[in-house]
Amino acid sequence: MLRGFNAVYDSLPYILSGIPITLGLVALSIALGLAIGVPMAIGQTYGNKETGRLISLYVWLFRGLPNLVLLFLFFFGVFPMLGIRLSPFVVAAIALGLRSAAYQTEIFRGAFLSLGEGQMLAARSLGMSKRKAIWNIMFPQAIRVALPGWSNEYPILLTDSSVAYAIGVMEILTRGNQMVTRTYQPMPIYFTCALIFILLNFGGIRLIHMIENLIRIPGFGREEQ
Amino acid sequence: MDSLLFIQNNLLSALWEGWGKTLRLIFMSVPFGLIVGIFIATGRVYGNSPLMFICRMYVLFFKGTPLLLLLFMIYFGLPPLGISFTPFTASVLGFILCMGAYSSEYIRGAIQSVKTGQVIAAQALGMTRWQSVFSIVLPQAFCRALPGVGNEIIYLIKYTSLAHIIAYIEVTGAGKIVAARFFRFTETFVVVGIIYLIMVSVATKLLKILEKRLSFPGM
Amino acid sequence: MNNTPVLKVQDIHKSFGNVEVLRGVSFEVEKGETKVFIGPSGTGKSTLLKCINQLTIPDRGNVWLNGREIVHSHVKINLYRQQMGMVFQNFFLFDHLTAVRNVEISLIKVKRMNRKEAREKAMEELSRVGMADKANSYPAELSGGQAQRLSIARALAMDPEVMLFDEPTSSLDPELTGEVLDVMRKLARGGMTMVVVTHEMGFARWAANEIFFMDEGVILESGPPAEMFTRPRFERTRRFISRMTELYAEEQSDG
Ligand SMILES: Nc1ncnc2c1ncn2[C@@H]1O[C@H](COP(=O)(O)OP(=O)(O)OP(=O)(O)O)[C@@H](O)[C@H]1O
Ligand SMILES: [Mg+2]
Repeated sequence: MLRGFNAVYDSLPYILSGIPITLGLVALSIALGLAIGVPMAIGQTYGNKETGRLISLYVWLFRGLPNLVLLFLFFFGVFPMLGIRLSPFVVAAIALGLRSAAYQTEIFRGAFLSLGEGQMLAARSLGMSKRKAIWNIMFPQAIRVALPGWSNEYPILLTDSSVAYAIGVMEILTRGNQMVTRTYQPMPIYFTCALIFILLNFGGIRLIHMIENLIRIPGFGREEQ
Repeated sequence: MDSLLFIQNNLLSALWEGWGKTLRLIFMSVPFGLIVGIFIATGRVYGNSPLMFICRMYVLFFKGTPLLLLLFMIYFGLPPLGISFTPFTASVLGFILCMGAYSSEYIRGAIQSVKTGQVIAAQALGMTRWQSVFSIVLPQAFCRALPGVGNEIIYLIKYTSLAHIIAYIEVTGAGKIVAARFFRFTETFVVVGIIYLIMVSVATKLLKILEKRLSFPGM
Repeated sequence: MNNTPVLKVQDIHKSFGNVEVLRGVSFEVEKGETKVFIGPSGTGKSTLLKCINQLTIPDRGNVWLNGREIVHSHVKINLYRQQMGMVFQNFFLFDHLTAVRNVEISLIKVKRMNRKEAREKAMEELSRVGMADKANSYPAELSGGQAQRLSIARALAMDPEVMLFDEPTSSLDPELTGEVLDVMRKLARGGMTMVVVTHEMGFARWAANEIFFMDEGVILESGPPAEMFTRPRFERTRRFISRMTELYAEEQSDG
């Protein structure tokens, strides 16, 4: 018991310094997913048929593959084959981000579809071009409709980010494992890691709800009770 | 050409065996995961307050903990405490616990959407509280929960790829070993990826059919 | 020059699949005139209005605005649409913007006005429809009548040559139609050129220079209100008008 406590005490600083790496990985993946997902959702909703099909194919592909397979494919396969040398962290962010993009495409597509065609008609009737209508009228509404589903990507990516362990990214779980081999106290250390993930999870969700409340406007999202 | 030969001669037989193990993981984990999910969900809705609390903590812990970490806890963390599992059992146990937590959320939502009148009507017929829950509420709830639960099944299929990290060599692990021996990573993981796409697509299709079968008028 | 109509519509045809919704519609509107379209549901009135500003592209036929033909080219069409305000049955307000932002967004993004000018102009338009005190409300916080008045202000802000109204009061509770019709009467008196699809026979009688009765994709007959209300040529027209007038009378006595 005491040995376990000591092991945790000694390992804690090292494990905690994995937090920025885990969160950085999550943030980069979400950002990449957003940067790709939103244009793809727009392409799927307002683009022509071929674009739509291509994007559906992307979504099907990246939703069907396990994170781990994507990681291995990119880290050991695709990037070395192309002669591109990237750090495990960057590869993990790319793989997780490309996958998140598929999910975010679905989330935003649903949001755009939910707006109905009236908003577009009204915008066009005022002389807005399609592009202006999408960016000024449809997108700001879609992002609000999508917000609850979209913020779900955070806990998903947070827990999924630990697969980056498999290619040696120095995130929380990797560090925890290193300390396990050093201290021979697996359960206390794994439990500590779990607590860190759980706290990051619920802390993050809290923060997201606060932001949601801040930008809430009448007619969108969960109504105040 | 070279790649095709490699795939045909070296890869497929190894993956074939791994695929069988992946399927074993899936078929063991899904039913038991669902059963756990049903119990947790029922406990959260109908249990007394200590049971409710335990169920809530269960969900909080297993949803918040990365699955890979959970597998480590079971496979490496428990033996020093005197509990040891084979890689297969440890993997399946981890998947069941995780799937139980995630699917219980959908089942709970579905239970709550079944009108309270249903329980009262069942009790009026002489059923006990738990009888009415299990024979009237849960079957209805299950139909409603199916789309969400189905999603979790799809997730689980993909998550089985984690098992090789705790030494159960399923299809991803089998691929990794062959790829490393022949230094053929791209071809290997493309083929492994195709295997997952097949499993996920078939599962999606089956779930759609099941959803259609189970839906009843007025749902 | 003086007798060029503001809007001239000639021989518009439109089919959806193999259903021919518009089968050759022509009419003209002079400056300051109000033309009212009436007719049973599904006869293509909404489609006609959308064909005028090319939200729906007609299969055949031409539209002239102030003597210039509207061709459906990608760039120019946005310029034409700025000159044709449109008001929809279901408002279609921009739900994420406050009332005043609803009015100014097109001024800023389309007319490239600076923010201060746009805000002033938007407030002016809100006052014009009696909505100045609701400037900072979101659409979800407005009543149907207020929402429709706001959507009129939004269209007016672009200083259109002609306003197209598609059943502006049909989705409103009877007691709210009055405030919207008041705004429209004011516009008519102020010399706005208007094309109005409506079932409000009282408004049609009062405001219209000419009433068109549409049936199955064509204008079955047209004439000044006095003529259309008292001695229409077709039995169908007579029956439609008398049924609508009865409904209208009922609503009046209810309210
Ligand atoms: N985008 C479309 N695709 C297919 N059919 C359409 C479309 N728009 C309209 N229609 C059809 O065209 C016909 C005419 O519709 P329209 O909305 O113009 O009628 P309306 O005279 O405005 O009727 P209402 O009084 O009910 O508004 C209807 O049968 C409608 O179903
Ligand atoms: Mg209509």
